[in-house]
Amino acid sequence: MREIPKTRLQVMWNRLLAVVEEQGQALIRAAFSPIVRECGDISAGVFDLRGRMLAQAVTGTPGHINTMAEAVKTLRARFDIAAMKPGDIYLTNDPWIASGHLNDFLLMMPVFLRGEVIGFTSCTSHLVDLGGLGMGPDGADIYDEGLLIPPCKLLDQGVVSPLLLDIVKANSREPIANEGDIYALIACCEIGAHRLVEMMDEFGLDRLDPLADYIIDTSRRGTVAAIKALPKGTYQSSLKVDGYEAEITLCASLTIADDHIALDFAGTSPCSQKGINVPLNYATAYSVFALRCLIGPDIPNNAGSLEPFRVTGPKGSILNAQAPAPVAMRHTLGQLTPDLVYGCLHQALPDQVPAEGASCMYDLPLRNTPEAAMRGDGVFALELVYNGGTGARPTLDGLSATAFPSGVWGSQVETTEAVAPVLITKRELRVDSGGAGQYRGGLGQRIEITPANAQDFLVFLSVERVKNPARGRGGGGTGAPGRIRIGRAGEDLPGKGTLRVPAGETLIFETPGGGGFGDPFLRDAKAVRRDIREGLISEKAAYDIYGAKP
Amino acid sequence: MTKHAHYRVAVDIGGTFTDSVIEDGRGRILATTKTPTTPQNPTLGALEGVDHVLAQAGVEWDQIGGFIHGTTLATNALIERRGARVCGITTAGFRDILEIGYERRYSQYDMNIQKPDLLVPRSRCFTIGGRMDAQGREVEPLERAAVARLVDDIAESRAEAAAICLLHAYANPAHEQELRALLQAALPGLVISISSDVSPEAREFDRLCTTIANAYIQPLMSRYLYDFVEEFEGRGLTCPILMMCASGGMTTIGTAARLPIRLVESGPAGGAILAARIARSVGEEQVISFDMGGTTAKLCLIDHYQPQTGRKFEIARAARFIKGSGMPVRIPVLEMIEIGAGGGSIAHVDGLGRIGVGPQSMGSDPGPAAFSRGGEEPTVTDADILHGLIDPGAFAEGRITIDKEAAARAMLAGVGSKLGLSAEQAAAGVSEIVDESMASAGRMHAVESGKDLSARCMIAFGGNGPLHVTRMARRAGVSRILIPRDPGVGSAIGFLSAPVSYEIVRSRYATLEGIDIAALNDFYAQMIDEAQEVVRAGAPKGDLSIKKQAFMRYHGQGHEIEIPLPEDPLEPGDIATIRADFEREYGRQFSRAVPGMRIEILNWALSISSSDLKVLPVLPVKDQARMTPTETRKIMCEVTGEACEAGLFMREALNPGDIIPGPALLREPQTTTYVSRDFTARIDAGGNIVMQRNP
Repeated sequence: MREIPKTRLQVMWNRLLAVVEEQGQALIRAAFSPIVRECGDISAGVFDLRGRMLAQAVTGTPGHINTMAEAVKTLRARFDIAAMKPGDIYLTNDPWIASGHLNDFLLMMPVFLRGEVIGFTSCTSHLVDLGGLGMGPDGADIYDEGLLIPPCKLLDQGVVSPLLLDIVKANSREPIANEGDIYALIACCEIGAHRLVEMMDEFGLDRLDPLADYIIDTSRRGTVAAIKALPKGTYQSSLKVDGYEAEITLCASLTIADDHIALDFAGTSPCSQKGINVPLNYATAYSVFALRCLIGPDIPNNAGSLEPFRVTGPKGSILNAQAPAPVAMRHTLGQLTPDLVYGCLHQALPDQVPAEGASCMYDLPLRNTPEAAMRGDGVFALELVYNGGTGARPTLDGLSATAFPSGVWGSQVETTEAVAPVLITKRELRVDSGGAGQYRGGLGQRIEITPANAQDFLVFLSVERVKNPARGRGGGGTGAPGRIRIGRAGEDLPGKGTLRVPAGETLIFETPGGGGFGDPFLRDAKAVRRDIREGLISEKAAYDIYGAKP
Repeated sequence: MTKHAHYRVAVDIGGTFTDSVIEDGRGRILATTKTPTTPQNPTLGALEGVDHVLAQAGVEWDQIGGFIHGTTLATNALIERRGARVCGITTAGFRDILEIGYERRYSQYDMNIQKPDLLVPRSRCFTIGGRMDAQGREVEPLERAAVARLVDDIAESRAEAAAICLLHAYANPAHEQELRALLQAALPGLVISISSDVSPEAREFDRLCTTIANAYIQPLMSRYLYDFVEEFEGRGLTCPILMMCASGGMTTIGTAARLPIRLVESGPAGGAILAARIARSVGEEQVISFDMGGTTAKLCLIDHYQPQTGRKFEIARAARFIKGSGMPVRIPVLEMIEIGAGGGSIAHVDGLGRIGVGPQSMGSDPGPAAFSRGGEEPTVTDADILHGLIDPGAFAEGRITIDKEAAARAMLAGVGSKLGLSAEQAAAGVSEIVDESMASAGRMHAVESGKDLSARCMIAFGGNGPLHVTRMARRAGVSRILIPRDPGVGSAIGFLSAPVSYEIVRSRYATLEGIDIAALNDFYAQMIDEAQEVVRAGAPKGDLSIKKQAFMRYHGQGHEIEIPLPEDPLEPGDIATIRADFEREYGRQFSRAVPGMRIEILNWALSISSSDLKVLPVLPVKDQARMTPTETRKIMCEVTGEACEAGLFMREALNPGDIIPGPALLREPQTTTYVSRDFTARIDAGGNIVMQRNP
C-alpha cells in the first residue's frame, strides 16, 4: 500500500471523530434514562484491532474518559477474535471493568471488513434501574446494589440473547426502559461499525493500522510536548471530605516526569461501609479529565493522548475499592478527585489552576412513600439535579450554580412540576456563598421544594461539602458549605441518607459555593461595587471581607 | 389595481449586500441586483436596489402588487447589543432564572469560559408574588399590593422595555396579562413583552430568554418597520409590505412590530424556501439545501417540498457555533445547521500539525489574501484560486481583482511552510478539510433529525455553494446536485415563494390515554382564532391551510418526535391512529417501537398559512447535446490529485439539454459552478444545472 499523505490521514481522523459523535447522538436520542439525555451520561468510541482507542465522542461525561479505553482492552483479551462473527456484540456491567457502578452497561462490537475483524466499536450508557436497593448509598456490598453481568455475548450474529434480556428485565423496577436502553446501545454499536466500514471503503483502506498509528503517535507526541513544558517534580496534597459514617481523607501524589505524569492515591482512607466507594477506573477518569483540562486540552481523547497519564492507588483504599465493596454512588467522591489533583497541580502551575469548587453534583432523587403505593395513590420517581458554584479561576470569578467537573444539566422548574406532585417555591442564588477573593468563587443556590398534595415524599441523599466546604487558593476564602433542612427552623441534616419530607413541610436544599482565588483586599473596587449592586455579596461582606469603603 | 397587481418585489437586507428581485405574474424573474447595505439607514440601500430592478424591468411603483422584505437588522441588533434597556419580571422566589439557566458549561475542557451575556443584569431582574401550577390553576393570586413597589423599581432602573415571564404562564396567562395592564397604566412609555404571547412553551429559562430578546429589539424594530413603510409609500408603493420570518412564512408589519424576534434569520429561511420551490418543480422529494457564503455554510433538510421546521434557535453564540454558548430563543424556525465555513474562512495549523479551517473569517473586508486589501491569512477562497477554480479576471462581476501570487504567499506562510508542503499542496489540504467539515456537519444534522443524506438531492446556492458542492457532496455520500438560476441572490428569490403564515407552539401536558378530547379541541380552537386573525391581516382572501402537530415521546424520554394530527377537531377514534403513527415514526428513527410504554405529549403546534403558490413542473428536455469547450482552464483535480484542463463555459450561453462532462467550470457573474471530474452536468428545461455523479 502506498503511503497515505498526512492531510488525507487528518481528514480520516476527522471522519472518525464525526463517526463517534454520530454514535453518541444516536444513543442519546433513543435513551430512556433521564441522566443519559439530560447530561449525556454516555460514551462511544472506535478501536483498532489491538484494542487501542482511536476516537471517543466528546459528548459524554468525564466519568467515561479512559474507563472505556481500558474496558475494551479487557473484553478483547477475554474473547477469542478468531471465533467472532459479524453481528456479534459483547456486554458487561461489571463496575471494575465497565464504569464504576452497575448501572453503566458497556457493549463492544467487532467490526468486519471483507470477512476479517479490523477493529471494534464500543459504547456505554447508564440504565435506570438494576434492582437491589436502587441508586443510593445504603448498600452494604455490591450484591445489595443489584444485578452484575460478567462479560458475555449479548448478540450472536445479530440475534439478541433472549435469556439475557429476560434476566435484565426480571431484575429491574423499570424493565421496559432497560430494554429500550439496551436496544439504543446495540443501535449505537451498529451505526458506528457501519460508518467505519463505509469510511474505509471510501478511502480505500483495508486495515486501520496506518491511520491508528498516525492518530496515536500524533496525539501522544502532542501530549508529551505539553507535559514537557511543565515544571518537573513531585507534588502532594490531601482533601478532607464528609464521607458517610465518618470523615474521609483523600491523598494524592503527582509526579511530573519528562514524558508522563504519574498520580498515586497512597495515604487515602480505606473504603466506607456504604456505597460511596470508588473503583480505580472511575477515580482515574475524573482525575485524568481534570489534568487534561489544563494539559493539552485541544488534543482529542484516544490511546495516545491518555497513555502518558498513569494513575495508581493502594488496593482497598476508597479510591481503589475492590469487590465486593458497594459502589453505587461512586460519583459523589469521584467528582471531588479534580479538587484533589488540582491541590497538587497548582503547586506546579500556580497561575492556571482554579480554587476548589462545590464539585460534587447535588442530585435530589425523590420518590413517593411505599405506603402511598400500597394505597394505590400516584407513584413517582424523579431525579432532580442542581449544582453549586465552581472555584474562582486565577483570572476570573467562578461560575455560579454551574456543573464542574460533571456536565450535568440542572432541572427546569416547569418541567419538574409537570411530571411530579411537587411544588418548587424558590430557586435563587445564595448571597455571600461564593468564597471571597481577588476573584470570587461561584455562588451556590437555594432550592425550596414541597409536596404539591397531601402526600409525603422521600429523598435519597448522597452529597458532599456539607461539613467540608470548598477551600480557596492564594489567600482566597472558602465557599459556603451545603446545607439541608426541613423547614426554616429545622436542624441541619447530614448530606447522606434517606429523608422523609412530610406534606405541608418544605425541604430547603442549599448547594455549596466555590472557593475564592487570591486576597479579597486585592479585588478590583469596581468588581466589589458591581457585586453589591447585583446583590451577589452583602454590603457587610464588602466592608468586612473586601475592605470596601462606604 | 387588477391590471397592475401582478408584479412582486422582494428585498433581502444582509450584512454586506442588499439583494433585490422582481418577478412578473407568472413567476418569471425579470431583474435582480446586489447593492451595498447601508448600515446607518438600511432603508436607503433597499430603496436604491428596488429603484434599480424597477428601472431594469420597466415597472412603475404603483404596479407592484406584492412586496416582501427580510432583514438581518433584528439579528444584528442582538449580536451587536444595540437594543433597548430591558428589565425582567419573574415569579417571586425565582429571580435567578437567567443567572442559573441550565447550570451547564458549553465547553467541557475549557477552564476559562464565561457564561453568555443574556442582556439583563441581575440588578434589573425583579419579581412579583402570585403562582400558577403546571395545570394552569391559580395557587396564589397575583400580588397586586406589590405592583406599586415594582413600578418604582422599574422607573428607578431606567428600563425602556420589560419582559414578563411568570411560572406556568403558558398554561394560564391571566397573571401576566393583568400585570401588563397594571404596569402599562402606571408606565405608559414602557414597552412590554409577555412570555405567554411571545413563546407559550414550558421551560422557564428558554421562555424568559425569548421574551427578553423580543423586548430588547422591539423599540428599534417597530421604529424601523414603520419608517420603512413610510419611505416606500412615499415613493408610490400602494400594496402592503409583508415581512419574512424565521419560520419561512410572511407576516404583517403589525405582527412583526409586536413579535420582532420572529424576524431573526429570515435570510437563510428564504434560501431554504427557494430550495423547496425548486424541489417541487423538479419533483425531488428528498433534498438537502446547501447555502455557502463568505462566512458560514447553512444546510437544511427538505422532505416532500417542506423544509424541516424547529422550535429553538440560539443567537449570538459567544464561542461561535458551539451549542449552548449563546442565548436560546424558542420561536418557529426552519431547522438548519450553520457552521463556520465560507470563502473567507481562515486556514491555520494547530500544535499537532493539523490543518484547521474557520470559524474565524476574513469576510469580504479585508477578505482573502488574493483580494490584496490587507488580508494576509490564507482562506478557502485563496485555496480555490490556487487550484484554478476561480478566474482571477472575473470574480464578483469583475469588481474585485485577484492576485494569485498573494494567495500563494499566504498559503505557504500560513499552512505550507509549517507542514513541508507547497502552496498548491497546502491548498489541497485546506480544501479537503473544509469540505470534510461541511459534509460532517450535514451528516450529523441528518442523524440528529433521524434522517439519511445519501439518497438526497443537494440544492446548492450562495456565493460559494456552486463552487464547493461536488467536493462536499462526494464526502457526504450525495450523488445528485442541482444549482438553481441566480444562485447568488437565492434568499430574496425564495421570499417570493413564501406563504403568509403564523405558527403557535403551546405546552399542555397529557398522556395519550388520558387526553381530555373536548378540552383539547377548545384549546386548539382558541389557537386557530388567534392565528387566523394574524394570517387574514396579510392574506384577506383565498384558502388557508391548517397544520397541527403533537410533540410526543415515551414517558421517561427526553427527545420528542413530531406527529401530524388531523386538521379537524379530534375524535376518540383518532387516538389509536395517533398511537400507530407515533410507533411507526419511532420505529423508523430507532429501529423498533418499545411495547407497553406510556406515550406522553408535551407541546402542540398549529400552523396556518395561505395556500402554496402554484409551481410549474420542469418538463423533460427532448434534445440533448454533449458540449465541447471552446476554452479551457488549468485546474488541480481533487479526484486524481493532479493538474488537468477543465472546460470553461458561460452559464448564460448554455441551453436546456446541454450536457457538460466534468471537469468543467460554468461561470456566471456572481459565482462559478465547478463540475468535478466524477460528475456530469446538464441543463434542464428550467435552466437549472443538474449534476449527477458518474457511476
